[in-house]
Amino acid sequence: MRIGLILGCALAGLALLAALVSSFWTPHDVTRLDIAQKLMPPSGVHWFGTDQLGRDILSMAMLGAQTSLAVALVAVAVGMAAGVPLGLLAAARRGGWVDEIVMRGNDLIFAFPSLVIAILMTAVLGPSATNAMIAIGIFNIPVFARVTRGAALPIWVLDYIRAARVAGKGAVLISVQHVLPNIASLLIVQATIQFSLAILAEAGLSYVGLGAQPPTPSWGRMLAEAQTMVSLAPHAAIIPGLCIVLTVLGLNLLGDGLRDRLDPRLRVLR
Amino acid sequence: MIRVADLSVVLDGRRVLDRVSLDLVPGQVTGLVGESGSGKSMTALAVMGLLPQRARASGQVALDGRNLLALPERELCRIRGARIGMIFQEPMTALNPLMTIGDQVAEVLRLHQGLNRRAALGQARERLDRVGLPAPRFPLSLYPHELSGGQRQRVAIALAIALRPDLLIADEPTTALDVTTQARILDLLKDLVRDEGMALLLITHDLAVVAGMADRVAVMQNGRIAEEGPTGSLFRGPRHPYTRQLLDASRPAPARPASDFPTPLVQVEGAVRDYRTADGGLRALDGISMTIGRGESVGLVGESGCGKSTLARAILGLEPLQAGRITLDGQVVDAGRLMPRGLRARMQVVFQDPFGSFDPRWRVDRLLAEPFHLTGRPPDWRKRVAEALAEVGLQPTDARKFIHQFSGGQRQRLAIARALIIRPALIVLDEAVSALDVRVRAQVLDLLARLQRDHGLSYLFISHDLSVVRGITDRVLVMQAGRVVEEGPTQQILDAPRNDHSRSLVAAIPAIPIDWS
Repeated sequence: MRIGLILGCALAGLALLAALVSSFWTPHDVTRLDIAQKLMPPSGVHWFGTDQLGRDILSMAMLGAQTSLAVALVAVAVGMAAGVPLGLLAAARRGGWVDEIVMRGNDLIFAFPSLVIAILMTAVLGPSATNAMIAIGIFNIPVFARVTRGAALPIWVLDYIRAARVAGKGAVLISVQHVLPNIASLLIVQATIQFSLAILAEAGLSYVGLGAQPPTPSWGRMLAEAQTMVSLAPHAAIIPGLCIVLTVLGLNLLGDGLRDRLDPRLRVLR
Repeated sequence: MIRVADLSVVLDGRRVLDRVSLDLVPGQVTGLVGESGSGKSMTALAVMGLLPQRARASGQVALDGRNLLALPERELCRIRGARIGMIFQEPMTALNPLMTIGDQVAEVLRLHQGLNRRAALGQARERLDRVGLPAPRFPLSLYPHELSGGQRQRVAIALAIALRPDLLIADEPTTALDVTTQARILDLLKDLVRDEGMALLLITHDLAVVAGMADRVAVMQNGRIAEEGPTGSLFRGPRHPYTRQLLDASRPAPARPASDFPTPLVQVEGAVRDYRTADGGLRALDGISMTIGRGESVGLVGESGCGKSTLARAILGLEPLQAGRITLDGQVVDAGRLMPRGLRARMQVVFQDPFGSFDPRWRVDRLLAEPFHLTGRPPDWRKRVAEALAEVGLQPTDARKFIHQFSGGQRQRLAIARALIIRPALIVLDEAVSALDVRVRAQVLDLLARLQRDHGLSYLFISHDLSVVRGITDRVLVMQAGRVVEEGPTQQILDAPRNDHSRSLVAAIPAIPIDWS
C-alpha cells in the first residue's frame, strides 16, 4: 500500500517536474528542424533520440507533459467546479424535483460515449487545446456530481446535520460547512483518478489531431506521427507511449494510495 | 461444560483481559455485567476463538477437556456454530439481506451436518417455530427486511441454536430493542436454556436484565472480574465497591414531587404527519395534541415507530405537518425557511447517538458555538463556551480538542452544553441517555435535573424506556401508532397505568426485585 503511494507520488511528481522545467528550459529547441539528424536512436546528445523532423524527443516529451497536465488540470477543474456544487445541491434537495433534474441531466451526459462526443465538439468548435479542455471537462461534470451526491447523502441523515438545522442553518451553509469538509477526501481521490483519465482522453484527442495543434508538442500526436515509422525508429513511438502509461499509472497509484490514507472508515482504525 | 480459567488477552501491548475465570454450566444462565470497555465482549470473542489477529491470549478455555485457545482454525470452525453459538447486539446487520431466513438457518445445518437442502429446510422450519416465528405467518421464503428488529433477533437466535450448541453467547442481545420486545426475547432465551439444557452467557450493561435472568453473575471492570456469585446474594450483599456503584446507579430514581406548570410554553394541536411509502402511506402523527408548560419536564414514551421522534422533530420545526399546528410562546412553529430566528433560538436538541451528533472535523469550541448562528456570535463567545463546558463538568481546555478525544458520556455532556449555550426555553432530549452506561446515565440525568433547576428550562424527554423518565419528568405521555394513549403525572403512569399499552410497557421494564436491596 505504502509502496504504491510512494511510486505514484514519484511518477506523478516526475511528470509535473518535467512540465514545470520545460516552461523555461528544454535540452534542445523543438521549433528548430534538423532533417539531417532525423530518426536518430538515443545517444549522448539526444538522450531519447530524434523524431522524423530531427527534433529532440526528450524536449518534445517534456513539453508534451506540459500540454497534457494543463489540459487535464483545467478539465478536472471544470468538472469539479460545476459537478461538486450540483452534487451538493442534489443531496440537499434529495428526493425533490431539483435532485431529479440534476441526476437525469447527469444520466443524459453519461449516455453519450464521451470520447466520440469530445471528437464531435472539437470538430465543430475547431481543434485546439482549449476546446479539448472544455470537451473533457464537460464529461467530468456528471462524474463529480454523482460522487458528491452519493457521498453527501449519508452525511445528511447524521445528527450533527440536524443539530445544525436546529441552529438555524440553511442548506447552503450546511453543505459548505459540514458536508463538503467531510467528503473532501473522497473528492480528492476522485480528482486524481479523473486527472489520469483526462490525460488519456487528451492523448486520444491529439492522436486523432483534435488536441493541441502544431507546433505545440503533445504525447498523443507524437505517437500518431511515429506510428508509421515504428519499425524504423521504435523509440519515437515508445517514448511518448511510455510517458502516457507511466503518468496515468502514477496518478492511479496516487489515487489508490490516497484513498487508503484518507478514507474516514479506515482512519477510525488508526 | 465450558470452563474459562485464568484467561488473559494482550492487545497492542495493553492487557485487555486479566485472569478471567468463569464456569459456564449447562442449563444455567451466567450474566456478565460491566460498562463499555470493561472486556465483556472480548471475553466472548476469546471463548469463540474470534480474537483479532494481533491479540495474544493465555490461560484456558476448556471444552471436553480440550483447550480451545490452542486449537487450529480448522478445528475451531467445527466447534463454532456446532458447540458454541453466538448472537449479537445489532439484529439489523447480523443477517444476510440477500438470503431468505429459511436458507440462512438451513445453511448452518448443511454446513455442519451435511444435510441436503430439503432436510435442512425442514429442520430450519422446526427451529424457527421454536423461536416464535411459526409457519403460516413466517414462511421460510421471507427476507430479513420483511421482519422487525425483534423478529430478526429471533432469526439470529434460531441460527445460533440450530445445531443445539452446548453454549450460547448472547452479547447485548436486547440493547437495540424496545423494552417490550426485550422482555419477549429474554423470555425466549430463558425457555431455551431450560428446554435444551444449554449454558447461556448473557453479556449486558444492564443489571436489571441480569437480575431477572441469570443464575450467577460476574461483574467485570477493566478486564478483570471484580466480583462473581449467585445472582440473589450478589445483589443483596455486594462486596466489591464497583458492584455497589453499579447497583446504586441502576436503582430507579425517586419520582419528583407533583407540581403545577400553569403557563404553557409549547402547544401542539391536532398534529398530523403522513409519510409516503412504497406500500401506500404511513400516518406517523395521527392528530396529536399536547402541551409543555414553562419549566415543566414532559416524558414521551413509546415503542420504536410510534411517532415520538417525528413529534419531536415537528416541535423543533424540522418536520412539516399536513394538518394541525404547533406554537411556542404563541408563535407558530413552521418547518422551512420562514421560521424566525428568534423563535428557533428558543429551542435546542440533544440526540441519542453520542458519536453522530458532532461533525468530526470541527473543534469543540466551534461545535458548541454553532447555535450562536441564530443569535449572532457575541464578542465574548469564547468565555461563554468555557462557561458552558464548566457547567456540564468539563474543562475549559477541552475547547480546543476534537470530538474523537471524548468518551460517549463526555460527548453527551458536550451535546447538552451546545444546547444550553444560547439559553433556550425548551430542550428536546431524544433518547439522550439511552446509549450510555448506567453510571454515566445516572450522572447525566443528575446534570439535566440541576440545569433545569438553575435555568428554569422545559424538557421534552423522549425514551422507549419508562424507567429512565421516572426521575426526570413531571408528566408522561404514552404514544402508540401516532396517538397519545395515556397521559398523566409520571408517578401515576408508572405505578398505576390505566391503558393496556402503558401497562404492558410498565410490565416489560426489567427490574431488580425490591427485596434484594
